[in-house]
Amino acid sequence: MKTLKILVGLAFIIAISAFAIDKVSVSKTDKGYAIGDLATDFELKNVDNTMVSLADYTEAKGFIVIFTCNHCPYSVAYEDRIIELDNMFKPKGYPVIAINPNNPKAYPDDSFENMKVRAKEKGFTFPYLFDDGQLIYPQYGATKTPHVYVLEKTQNGNVVKYIGAIDNNYKDASAANKKYVQDAVHALLKGEKVPVEITKAIGCSIKA
Amino acid sequence: MSKWMIYIVLVLLFVNCKGEQKIALDATDVFKSEGVEIPIYDFKSFEPILKINDGKTRIINFWATWCKPCVAELPYFELINNRYPDSEVEVILVSLDLPRHIEGKLIPFVKKQKIESKVILLDDPDANSWIPKVSKEWSGSIPATIIYKGSTSKFYERSFTYNELEKELKKIL
Repeated sequence: MKTLKILVGLAFIIAISAFAIDKVSVSKTDKGYAIGDLATDFELKNVDNTMVSLADYTEAKGFIVIFTCNHCPYSVAYEDRIIELDNMFKPKGYPVIAINPNNPKAYPDDSFENMKVRAKEKGFTFPYLFDDGQLIYPQYGATKTPHVYVLEKTQNGNVVKYIGAIDNNYKDASAANKKYVQDAVHALLKGEKVPVEITKAIGCSIKA
Repeated sequence: MSKWMIYIVLVLLFVNCKGEQKIALDATDVFKSEGVEIPIYDFKSFEPILKINDGKTRIINFWATWCKPCVAELPYFELINNRYPDSEVEVILVSLDLPRHIEGKLIPFVKKQKIESKVILLDDPDANSWIPKVSKEWSGSIPATIIYKGSTSKFYERSFTYNELEKELKKIL
């Protein structure tokens, strides 16, 4: 009888702790990075079948990490501007690193094979990586595509300096009069504070 | 004579208060095709829709035809719209489709799915300026939903099942 009581008690404690662990992990993935946090590195497969990590870029001063994908009209609307960002800032030490966070089971358009097709069609000048298993985007806290993280390389690691949209007009690049990512990188190159650190934008929910 | 005047005024008021007409009048533009009308709003003209104080509960759902989880939950919003009287609950489906896709994608979708709830288009590309005005909690991903009545308002950046949606509605009703 006594053993039964102990067993029930034990089961109860296990049940509660399992619930508690679940709670903690949920709130962690929900949150993601804030400005000033250190961003994780990764090793993800590029459309040219090579593996890419931030650590490979020994000369870089930082990175423009963009969670984007094939199927989302907002991402598509920004493709030319993402290429432009890479052309503008790669020579200055801030290359674009694009990551597709979607599970191809949810969006077949976002499969690795289709990523290759799209990268070729558009002539992507930057790596377009597949977040296999959907493990990296939750750590960053990306919720949608496109979702940008500008990182500055420091001795301690890659520090998050900007989170949000590319600019303030998804429909028309020429009508955008606030170029958040450009302004952020320009400021970092000059050693200044990023003028607008967080912006919000409509995007396609990431599906794991 | 004065009685007639009051009667006429009352009738006019009544006609003006019919939600559909009122909201369509405030739109910045109306797109018509194949018998479907889609009023188009910028955020400034849309914002009053988030603050109507007439005793009705409103469910405002932000969606788009390209957004799979949004399309998946639309039938539940339609069911709510059908099951609750218009005098108590109004469902407004706010499409964030690109304006150039209204004719080719949005209207065919509304027709094919036989959507009866009010469908409007929010066309305001400076999203960073208006997303926080909808809700400070909103990161900008869709589907997103507001349920409100008077000054009581709840915001959800998530998908719903029918039971979940009805449960949230009943908290506000």
